[in-house]
Amino acid sequence: MAEDNFEPKIVAFLCNWCTYTGADLAGTSRLQYPPNVRIIRLMCSGSVDPTYVLKPLLDGADGVLIGGCHPGDCHYQSGNYKARRRIIALKEILKSAGYDDDRVWLRWISASEGGRFAETVTQMTEAMREKGPNPMRRKWAV
Amino acid sequence: MAQKPRIGVYICHCGTNIAATVDVKQVAEFAATLPGVVVARDYLYMCSDPGQGLIQRDIEEQELTRVVVASCSPRMHEPTFRGAGRQGGLNPYLVEMANIREQCSWVHSDRGQATEKAKWLVASVVAKSALLKPLEEREVDVTPGAVVVGGGIAGMTAALDVADAGFPVYLVEQSGRLGGRMADLNRTFPTLESVAKLMGPLIERVQTHSNITVLLNSQVTGVEGFVGNFEVTVSGEIPNLQVGAIIIATGYDIFDPHRKPELGYGQYPNVITSLEMEQRLAAKDLTGSGKAIKSVAFIQCVGSRDAQVGNEYCSRVCCMYTAKQSLQVKELLPDADVTVFYIDVRTFGKGAEEFYDEARATGVRYRRGNISEVIRHNGRVALIGEDTLLGRPFDFEADLVVLAVGMESRADAGDLSNLLKLARSSDGFFMELHPKLRPVDTAVDGVFLAGCCQGPKDIIDTVAQAKAAASSALIPLLRGVVPVISETALVDEEWCAGCGMCVDVCPFGSASLDPLWGVSRINAVLCKGCGACATACPSKAIRLQHFTTEQIMAQVDALVG
Repeated sequence: MAEDNFEPKIVAFLCNWCTYTGADLAGTSRLQYPPNVRIIRLMCSGSVDPTYVLKPLLDGADGVLIGGCHPGDCHYQSGNYKARRRIIALKEILKSAGYDDDRVWLRWISASEGGRFAETVTQMTEAMREKGPNPMRRKWAV
Repeated sequence: MAQKPRIGVYICHCGTNIAATVDVKQVAEFAATLPGVVVARDYLYMCSDPGQGLIQRDIEEQELTRVVVASCSPRMHEPTFRGAGRQGGLNPYLVEMANIREQCSWVHSDRGQATEKAKWLVASVVAKSALLKPLEEREVDVTPGAVVVGGGIAGMTAALDVADAGFPVYLVEQSGRLGGRMADLNRTFPTLESVAKLMGPLIERVQTHSNITVLLNSQVTGVEGFVGNFEVTVSGEIPNLQVGAIIIATGYDIFDPHRKPELGYGQYPNVITSLEMEQRLAAKDLTGSGKAIKSVAFIQCVGSRDAQVGNEYCSRVCCMYTAKQSLQVKELLPDADVTVFYIDVRTFGKGAEEFYDEARATGVRYRRGNISEVIRHNGRVALIGEDTLLGRPFDFEADLVVLAVGMESRADAGDLSNLLKLARSSDGFFMELHPKLRPVDTAVDGVFLAGCCQGPKDIIDTVAQAKAAASSALIPLLRGVVPVISETALVDEEWCAGCGMCVDVCPFGSASLDPLWGVSRINAVLCKGCGACATACPSKAIRLQHFTTEQIMAQVDALVG
């Protein structure tokens, strides 16, 4: 399935307080990771609407990463729990529609876990490269 | 029909931090081709005065209605560039940043790939910026006054400073007296002052200060609100306290040496803790029974630097208080043999090393060794251990063994942490916002840390930190107003069906249903801007300003389109 020279495109929605700051820490620590991830800053993972995840997948992204605070650490108390339930449901729907739900990753990465952020991006890029281009692309028609 | 936005894009070199990895000229040329962009420049340091001046001039001359700065993290310089926009006459919320340093040039080394990624990131933020709306900058009045939790040296010091500045202070102390753990001590190091003499006048001043209300036998049981306007519930018959700031000075627990049973504490009467030693030194009776003492042994790092008990940190005070106690023993019993068994001696701080030298000069012996066991031996006790300089096992007889117990985070620290949403580091102590630059702030605006609740420290550092916490707490109190976020959720009443989902999901109680109109109302002062309601709203009648679905989708389009 994997094509030669295929470089996956990954869109990441990161919460401002934990994972976005963790990604900043990866930067200040000069940790190197693949350039395939493109970050959109949100205030909270609990504000990730299912459409935020579906739209990039249908438009041609090969994976979507959602990064939030560890359970119990949400800046807004419970946003990450909301994200968790929402993403579990969304993945079920993707599966039942015959799509690969493993193109959507939800990860808890704290502001102090720059290393974990770099590792996550590296792993996800590798995993998406393995999977090859997203077949959902261009199946989008209204 | 809204006017077409006129966007200015500024690519920062950040010296060579960005420019060495990203071809900034190429990114600027690319940015100039994006829809709505009327000017795109690159500059050595956008955050410098000339850099900001560039933005201000372009706003005026090019009639910019949006500014995008591609540089470091917005967590670093968003306030700077929003300020530059404001100076240039632009609503600060029409300035947006693309993070091409922390999330691009610093994490990639291939110039081609990094430049490519920087272009995408800029395109994404430019697309969002076109849809930005001006937001009103808001401030709310601050309730003058502070709650200080904990009546030890940290809490009393902080309370006095805030009270001296003219604000009412409620000092909430769990026990029945002021003074905290410091009151259990006999003399200070390295100055050998009497703690009672230091503490007496301090307690007196706190108790008689016209601005301080001391609440003994009291506990904080609830905290509502936000910086500038907290409502603190305290146990007992006291009405809720309305204050603008909170200082946490709850101190520490002392390591319980029962957790190291091999050291014989609780088994042998002549094994005591350093705190019990303080009392004996104060009474000038080391045995507690008048029996003669020939040899005193101190065992260092009991409960500190010990992964087995879960405390990997140094408690920072034990080396110095042992030096002090050993000197006091020598004073009392000049002929007694005093030996300190240590891992490393850490006597940092003003006058500390000199004090340690003095202790050794009076004949206190320091022996580098791990004590594995303390056993009873001929009515005395014997220490079994290894001399880690000689690499040899030894045993050592003593009449009195003092365990230099360390500090731990309070067992009840979790309660306060839950009430205030305060983060704790892995050692259990409350976490400061930044270890170097924001040492007394917490992630909760308006809540500050003083003393050992943040980590082990001596009285000198505790007082310094308490004064720092007081002066930080005074910033909102003296200013009288605090800024509140403008990026709040907004209800479109035309679309709202009044289902109440937003009321259910809001963790801050800011959403409620208007009983008359049957639509949701969001209290913008209480709203923290998390966006949970906007996402939960089934009819999409709520939008989180500055992070609207429309704006996010524009970013997605630009990234993957």
